[in-house]
Amino acid sequence: MKYVDEFRDGDLARGLARSLATSARDDREYRFMEFCGGHTHAISRYGLEDLLPPNIRMIHGPGCPVCVLPVGRIDAAIALARDPKVTLCTYADLMRVPASGGMSLIKAKAAGADIRMVYSTLDAIRIAEAEPSREVVFFAIGFETTTPPTALAIRLAAQKKLSNFSVFCNHVLTPAAMRAILAGEGEGVEIDGFVGPSHVSAVIGVRPYQFAAQQFNKPIVIAGFEPLDVMQSILMLVRQLNEGRCEVENQYGRAVTHEGNLKAQAEVADIFELRDSFEWRGLGEVPASALRLRAAYADYDAERRFGVTTPSAKDNPACECGAILRGAKRPHDCKLFGTVCTPETPMGSCMVSSEGACAAQWTYRRFDTQRVAS
Amino acid sequence: MDLSPLRHAEGCVVTKTYRRKLDIGNGRVDLSHGAGGRAMAQLIADIFHTALDNDWLRQGNDQSVFEAPKGRMAMTTDAFVVSPLFFPGGDIGSLAVHGAVNDIAMSGAKPLYLSASFIIEEGFPLSDLARIAESMGAASRAAGVPVITGDTKVVERGKADGVFITTTGVGAVPEGLDLSGDKARPGDVLLVSGSIGDHGVAVMSKRENLEFDCEILSDSAALHGLVADMVAAAGAALRLMRDPTRGGLAATLNEIAQQSRVGFRIEEAAIPVKPEVAAACELLGLDPLNVANEGKLIAVVAPEAAPALLEAMRAHPLGRDAAIIGAAVEDERRFVQMTSSFGGARIVDWLAGEQLPRIC
Ligand code: SF4
Repeated sequence: MKYVDEFRDGDLARGLARSLATSARDDREYRFMEFCGGHTHAISRYGLEDLLPPNIRMIHGPGCPVCVLPVGRIDAAIALARDPKVTLCTYADLMRVPASGGMSLIKAKAAGADIRMVYSTLDAIRIAEAEPSREVVFFAIGFETTTPPTALAIRLAAQKKLSNFSVFCNHVLTPAAMRAILAGEGEGVEIDGFVGPSHVSAVIGVRPYQFAAQQFNKPIVIAGFEPLDVMQSILMLVRQLNEGRCEVENQYGRAVTHEGNLKAQAEVADIFELRDSFEWRGLGEVPASALRLRAAYADYDAERRFGVTTPSAKDNPACECGAILRGAKRPHDCKLFGTVCTPETPMGSCMVSSEGACAAQWTYRRFDTQRVAS
Repeated sequence: MDLSPLRHAEGCVVTKTYRRKLDIGNGRVDLSHGAGGRAMAQLIADIFHTALDNDWLRQGNDQSVFEAPKGRMAMTTDAFVVSPLFFPGGDIGSLAVHGAVNDIAMSGAKPLYLSASFIIEEGFPLSDLARIAESMGAASRAAGVPVITGDTKVVERGKADGVFITTTGVGAVPEGLDLSGDKARPGDVLLVSGSIGDHGVAVMSKRENLEFDCEILSDSAALHGLVADMVAAAGAALRLMRDPTRGGLAATLNEIAQQSRVGFRIEEAAIPVKPEVAAACELLGLDPLNVANEGKLIAVVAPEAAPALLEAMRAHPLGRDAAIIGAAVEDERRFVQMTSSFGGARIVDWLAGEQLPRIC
């Protein structure tokens, strides 16, 4: 337990806040994007913004796997789940994400689709073993962090020769999304540096982010998810900018190595390959930004097995999730925020996921921004 | 049907000589156990009557008649659908007693009598049912609050999840005491009787698909003794008490904020949370403030009586770790705000939807 307490020490935090206040120069602004929803959550939950000087502004990025999944993919999952022989296994976060026509997985479940919430890919494997007459489909989403467990499940299914298990793969890649944001910079968003997701780097290492420093001149600090990690990473970014440096630094040395987890990388590379392009909510089509199963594992690919098509579907036109995910707008810039859109009645994915920017703002910090009384 | 076995078992046709002993070790509940006939009479006699035995049940009526004290009464009812049925530190039987006793006690009342209604799924092992009934009997004897009437139903397999129990309680409110959720005023002090989140984490640690190693026991307990001491110490300065069960401290404070039209300011560093509970919550991505408790209460009290109340709580075994965690404040938006151990502020909100399967 000490392990956690150490990274939540109030005195240390106040010390870091003082260092930040003296390091941040008065004559400039510091605009940092925390790429990952886990960081957004930590910043809101611990009230870290209260500890930052006013010229340091945090911009929420697209790093929430639930938020970036386009409506069409959820529509496809619902269509799959409505197949009477299919049992769709999913993480709880996805259940309430709005799909087309006012649908969601939780509503499809209430209407009779066999959708089950699982805590790990292995739960889905267990269900497939226990119920051989069902077609068990695991709805796989997430960044590089959740890809190895999906790979493991496919490996296990192959070893066990499970013929009733498949994966609806929606795994996406962090560096590709960061590149897309940097390529589109200027469209309402200016970024001076990134707080990078450490859980992702624990798998892929530090190297895949080098392009951002080298080609786009943006410093990155790979940061842990404890509040002190975040504070320290912000300080490291401020120092880089003050000193005119532009590097990929690693604040989270206790778990992230330069190379990352080579074994996990090899496993993922063996089972998955790059898609040419994949749609992201908020970013549109992003080239080479997602994975699918290799032909050798086609038997476990739900898309091939069930001929899944991804209908093109539109978000609610008033929902600003897209601009929020790009960092161009903030949650309370959306007219629906806190009026018709709340966690109980989400209009967009950013209000659903516990890592979503709108949910974080609403749940933890709405005293700043609430328009109407709840 | 009622919990009155003797009328069926001895009053008419069923006599001891004709009865094959209930195979509690290996038997299972079947539909005949709910059909109102001999099988049901025997189930009630051998399991419930044995475990819950008292003068009222022994009379074997469809209801129990008791003396009502003068003054105001309190009444509550609660359905228990916990999964799993047995968890570290308790089970659905003791929980159903503690839950009703505590709901009565939160009004400051002395709990007097309980009723219990069982909905049992066909196929449920008799041994588990006996274990639940015994635990219920033990909890009600320890609390000094007898179960004086009840009901048993059996439903087809698949139509329930093992056993559901509903308990109803009645109690007598001491003269001059009038606690209610709408009585918190800005400036009032907020106390909690001990560490939060223990019950929810204990139950989750035994979930089939979540099992993790954890030493945490449920805090399930009857709080009326503690409440009596608190009432003695603070009297009319007490505004309200509530047990933060499902939804945890966060939901309870939000409820009271709505009822009383105030806000709350709480201090993260002051809220007692066991390190193991904090670690488990971390692992599961939960906030201990949202996790259920079954043996804790919060109290709102006028500021001048807070020190005496805290002292009285700490003097009771169930309030040993009591702490002042914040205060009611003026806020027309009725926010519950928390100062983090870092000094930053955030809202403490209700949970949106349900994060995990039910735990109480
Ligand atoms: S407040 Fe709701 S509708 Fe607006 S951007 Fe956020 S999720 Fe979308």
